[in-house]
Amino acid sequence: MEENKKEELLRIIEKNSRIDLKELAVMVGVSEIDAVNALEEMKKDGIICAYHTLINWEKTSIEKVTALIEVRVTPQRGQGFDSIAERIYNYPEVRSLYLLSGGFDLMVILEGKTLREVSSFVSDKLSTLDTVLSTSTHFILKKYKDHGTILNDKKDDEREMITP
Amino acid sequence: MRNPLADTIVGIKPSGIRKFFDIVSEMKDAISLGVGEPDFDTPWHVREEGIYSLEKGKTFYTSNSGIKELRQEICNYLYRSQKITYDPMKQVIVTVGGSEAIDISLRAMINPGDEVLIPQPSYVSYEPCALLAGAKPVIINLKAENEFRLTAAELEEAITEKTKILILPFPNNPTGAIMEKKDLEAIVEVIIKNDIYVISDEIYAELTYKGKHVSIASLPGMQERTILINGFSKAYAMTGWRLGYACGPEEIIRQMTKIHQFAIMCAPTTAQYAGVEALKNGDEDVAKMRESYNQRRRYLVNAFREMGLECFEPYGAFYIFPCIKEFGMSSDEFATRFLEEEKVAVVPGTAFGDCGEGFLRISYAYSLERLKLAIGKLEHFITKLREEKS
Repeated sequence: MEENKKEELLRIIEKNSRIDLKELAVMVGVSEIDAVNALEEMKKDGIICAYHTLINWEKTSIEKVTALIEVRVTPQRGQGFDSIAERIYNYPEVRSLYLLSGGFDLMVILEGKTLREVSSFVSDKLSTLDTVLSTSTHFILKKYKDHGTILNDKKDDEREMITP
Repeated sequence: MRNPLADTIVGIKPSGIRKFFDIVSEMKDAISLGVGEPDFDTPWHVREEGIYSLEKGKTFYTSNSGIKELRQEICNYLYRSQKITYDPMKQVIVTVGGSEAIDISLRAMINPGDEVLIPQPSYVSYEPCALLAGAKPVIINLKAENEFRLTAAELEEAITEKTKILILPFPNNPTGAIMEKKDLEAIVEVIIKNDIYVISDEIYAELTYKGKHVSIASLPGMQERTILINGFSKAYAMTGWRLGYACGPEEIIRQMTKIHQFAIMCAPTTAQYAGVEALKNGDEDVAKMRESYNQRRRYLVNAFREMGLECFEPYGAFYIFPCIKEFGMSSDEFATRFLEEEKVAVVPGTAFGDCGEGFLRISYAYSLERLKLAIGKLEHFITKLREEKS
């Protein structure tokens, strides 16, 4: 399949991973078999990593606390940031981990049930790692937009019903 | 009291769409596939530029033909997309949507009795504007078997000594038809031979799905006899901003500017500043929207094929124009019953000219979810009709 068709497949499933395969193939203008094969291949190549659902937990009764933690570390000879990153991302409560340019090195996105849970992760686990020099924790107060989707965005079709 | 009205306008029948609109607005829970405008919001950076211009107090009239920067960007755009060179100072006018450009270009060029060729099915305003300008509209009925493209033979047949202007409405609303380069080359010969001017309404130029749009003005010998009309409504989802433009020979644009000056003054100032941003930095937004339209288009073509509904594959705009002749009823009847029985509004093909009889205009300026819902209902409806018949 041509690269641009593959990219189009990706753009569609990035927004709607639950789309019917037949429909997906029609929309991109390829056969269903080709679409399935392309998706399989991209999964094997690690291009497609997982199929998630974007949930606005604030609307459920489940309590969650999310924090962004800036971490400064000492990179290790021969391994750079990778081995310290691995130590951190293996904790299941770490949602995301990025290596950044600028004033600090790693950004940890952490999810916990309570404020205390998050604080104790930072003080007991994260800060005590040998290579960690400092941390700075920011709690998320409100999510406006996530993964390109504006939460609470209920807009009606304001167009006239029939226009020339 | 004596009759206050002018005969010309009284003699023009209201848009066929209007009648249908009145029925639909009565029904609260109807699903519409009847709009002729994008479902996307104007890209945020474009809206922001409009807001900034207001904050900076850009609230005055602009020059009649539009702010210089916008005219320059329009010329840049036409050069990069069509390799046509226009002088931003003399050959461009910014108008209140493409609609105004259609009106004033006709008024600037028509003498009483001149004939204007109007291929149909097409947008509803060409014929009334031609009549108001004092022209005699001559309709060319396009054919489904040609995918509603205009052929040289059809054009040749419609021409008389009085023919002055051909309106060229491609990519087409309501059929979704396009004219590819080879199609244009075929008619250009006839146009030049008969010394005719062209008003080329290219408002859907950015929405084509089979190669890039080719403007007739880019073909040899045509720029000097073409008024190219385009605008921001469809490409940048800016219908409500009311912003369009016309480019053409200096002598015609000069006269158009006079009408515009006396009737309009200038296009909305806020919209003009937003338009500059759209042309400068909007290519990616257009590409994204085009990709979405194309996906929906493919979905509909396939759905119609599966239903056994006859339909040529449209390659432009955001309409699909299926044929409903197999059901033995008029477009109007079909659309009315579809609305009453399934609560889905589509526009009868006849709203765009008599030769639209037997067809429906279905717009895909809707989310895929909405289209799927409506197509499900269409399938249910035609199954019922087929059962009734057998």
